[in-house]
Amino acid sequence: MSATALLPASRQRPEVPADEAGVAAAIRAASAAGEPLLVGGNGSKAGLMRPVQAARGLSTRALSGISLYSPNELIVSAGAGTPLADVAAAVAAKGQHIISEPPDFSALLESDLAQTIGGVVATNLSGPRRVTWGATRDHVMGVRAVNGIGETIHSGGRVLKNVTGLDLCKLLTGSHGTLAVLTEITLKVLPAPERRGTLVLSGLDPVQGVAALAAALGSPYAVSGAAYLPSLLAARIPSLAWFKGPVALARIEDFGLSVAYRCDRLRADLAAFGHAELLDDGASRATWEGVRDATPLVGEDSAIWRVSVRPSAGPAVAAAVSAAFDARWFLDWGGGLVWIAGPASEAAHHAVEAAARAAGGTWMLFRAPEGLRAAVDVIPPEIPALARITRAVKASFDPKGILNPGRLYRGL
Amino acid sequence: MIPQPEPKADILARRDSIVVALRKLVPASGVIAEPLRLKPYETDGLSAYRQTPLAVVLPETTEQVAAVLALCHREGVRVVPRGAGTSLSGGALPMADAVVVGLMRMNQILDIDYADRCAVVQAGVTNIGITQAVQQHGFFYAPDPSSQLACMIGGNVNMNSGGAHCLRYGVTANNLLGLRIVTIEGEIIDIGGAHLDAAGYDWLGLLTGSEGMLAVVTEVTVRILRGPEGARAMLAAFRSNEIAGACVDSIISSGIIPVALEFMDRPAIHACEAFAHAGYPLDAEAMLIIEVEGSVAEQDGLLDRIKEICRAYDPISLKVSTSAEESAAIWKGRKGAFGAVGRISPDYLCMDGTIPTSRLAEVLGRIGEMSAACGLQVANIFHAGDGNLHPLIMFDANDPTSFHAAEKFGADILRLCVEVGGCLTGEHGVGVEKRDLMGVQFSEIELEQQRRVKSAFDPDWLLNPSKVFPLRDAAPLAAE
Repeated sequence: MSATALLPASRQRPEVPADEAGVAAAIRAASAAGEPLLVGGNGSKAGLMRPVQAARGLSTRALSGISLYSPNELIVSAGAGTPLADVAAAVAAKGQHIISEPPDFSALLESDLAQTIGGVVATNLSGPRRVTWGATRDHVMGVRAVNGIGETIHSGGRVLKNVTGLDLCKLLTGSHGTLAVLTEITLKVLPAPERRGTLVLSGLDPVQGVAALAAALGSPYAVSGAAYLPSLLAARIPSLAWFKGPVALARIEDFGLSVAYRCDRLRADLAAFGHAELLDDGASRATWEGVRDATPLVGEDSAIWRVSVRPSAGPAVAAAVSAAFDARWFLDWGGGLVWIAGPASEAAHHAVEAAARAAGGTWMLFRAPEGLRAAVDVIPPEIPALARITRAVKASFDPKGILNPGRLYRGL
Repeated sequence: MIPQPEPKADILARRDSIVVALRKLVPASGVIAEPLRLKPYETDGLSAYRQTPLAVVLPETTEQVAAVLALCHREGVRVVPRGAGTSLSGGALPMADAVVVGLMRMNQILDIDYADRCAVVQAGVTNIGITQAVQQHGFFYAPDPSSQLACMIGGNVNMNSGGAHCLRYGVTANNLLGLRIVTIEGEIIDIGGAHLDAAGYDWLGLLTGSEGMLAVVTEVTVRILRGPEGARAMLAAFRSNEIAGACVDSIISSGIIPVALEFMDRPAIHACEAFAHAGYPLDAEAMLIIEVEGSVAEQDGLLDRIKEICRAYDPISLKVSTSAEESAAIWKGRKGAFGAVGRISPDYLCMDGTIPTSRLAEVLGRIGEMSAACGLQVANIFHAGDGNLHPLIMFDANDPTSFHAAEKFGADILRLCVEVGGCLTGEHGVGVEKRDLMGVQFSEIELEQQRRVKSAFDPDWLLNPSKVFPLRDAAPLAAE
């Protein structure tokens, strides 16, 4: 390997093929040369997971454009490099939306690059609606991709129900470009709700707050967002600032009459937790965008983690990390998603790991300097029996290990 | 008879010693080797195919499953996992040299957590059993395949089963949080748990729908959901398939997603009405069952809007249920469709393709032409919202010519589904039934990629090796 091969490709100019055949050719060339590829779209999430050492870069950003949108069939297909905003706007024009409410972490990740639909699928990041309506991976109906030997494969298709063969759509979704390079994606979409409303219970401690969220999510009113913010972080979302205390939030999205009716009923059901205030459609939108994009943590000059646990364990994770370091945190997904900001140190990371493990959950070091991301387990290591399968599956797609090597696990 | 890979002669020859070894691993009643007692395990819901297995093992714990698989791995014995045996695609069809590992004794509900909205159940718990265990608190488990009284959650996971309410609640894959699996080497691995979005590769997603080829599932953590305040169904009957299909499009594009949107064509209406006396309109060419959820006022609001949309399509009749009893009667006909068709034909094949919903009328037209050409009747039931089509092909199993014609007709329908942009199977799985059609949907490169993924879990191809992939290609691998 030459000296330049050791330079991160993010500092070099990536190859930007104009079509899928070009992606395949670039991968075959890298495979023939035995040189690793840093794979991405626009690179808005290049700072996630472990740093990749690669001689070459490959961007799918030129594979841009919506190839099929059939609103009556609830299906949209687009090139992997299509900006997410373009897809969102196209479906919004027909009164529909992307179900998993993909977040925009550009502020959090200090990137001014527009995220692509391929990036959203490759990272399987989902917003607050995930708790009720599923993750991005639940709505990927089809993919086209090129594996590490340059072969083009498709899985799934353009229909909503499909169990034909192994579900490689799910395997590739969230694989961070380590198995194959996504070239085209087909998502299920749904009618966007006519209206949103959010009930706000203020002054509850984290355990009471999560109990209120559990009651809301366990109600018949189809709550589609459930978050808890301590007062300091709530104050950083303008629509919540005037509550002047910690807040528990429950969102309902539906036809206007249903939102009014359900918010009323839910408020009565939650009376034991105090009187819930109602945020109207506009305030709800602003509030949940803030929760979705973790904007209360944007100004934190620190490392950031996402921990996923059973919802009732969220407060215990928050308490454990707060005991270990000066932590800023808030809860989404009914308490199950714990966002944590704290010092970018191995000690803090190990405290987060321990808290997640104790709660039987999982973690992701979401933002940190390269040094820390290279030094620790950014996601939990797998037990040996599963790690063997992981290596074998990786080799089945990418036998030479040239696609985003080391991104998920050291040496993989 | 469907072709199977050549049985391994050495395994057949060692049958007795393998049975003796299995008897050391599970309680005495858990190993079945007597020919008469093996009979019930010869087939599944695709009863046209039969094969007596080498033996059947019925473990009671994950550790016993692990011990059995480790033994089979050591001895090179093929394994066919089995739940309730309701697969309509032959997913549990045994092989002569295979041990059937039946999960039906692992039928315990281990934990229910309403605050975190999940339940941990063993693989042999029935689908309906989960809902029954949580319904006193108003919760339910969402996927509802027609076989839900009998089928088991382990089988649902392996086939990624659907049901009539997928449009709103998704299929099995969308309702799982975790699995406990046993690899062919006998290693026990926990995937996911009570939390969302486990890190790393989406093993949960890959294992779901893997048809018993990657691992044996012994425990499942499912999402349980609080039910709506209420639900109500309506019937809308139309003068043609085209008109009913256009009405479905209009409902969806109005922004309403009913929890269920079922389509029946004329033969299906007649068969089901004769069976269920649900008041289905016999003069209609096509009928929709549309169900909405919510409070009574919300149901009224949605049904009024849907009725208004339907009126633009010159319906023969519109009937909104006014009570739980009427809704139940409307569903009774639909849910009894298989039994109903069984009454008018000695045998039937239930097909399961998916098509883009915009092609419905065209596809039904072409199925009608094929039916006329081959002389076999067909009734079509369709999950109209998600494009999942169930043609029921009627034939006489005592007449081999009739059976072969039905199989060919079915294969032609599935080819048509792929041709119009759909797929071979929406919820029943590939099994043995559609294995030789996989090349219609996938290139050889794509099939090879899938085979390599199977090999990553099961390098010796011992787990359910005769399923999903065309045999002529699987055989060399399996024979290694």
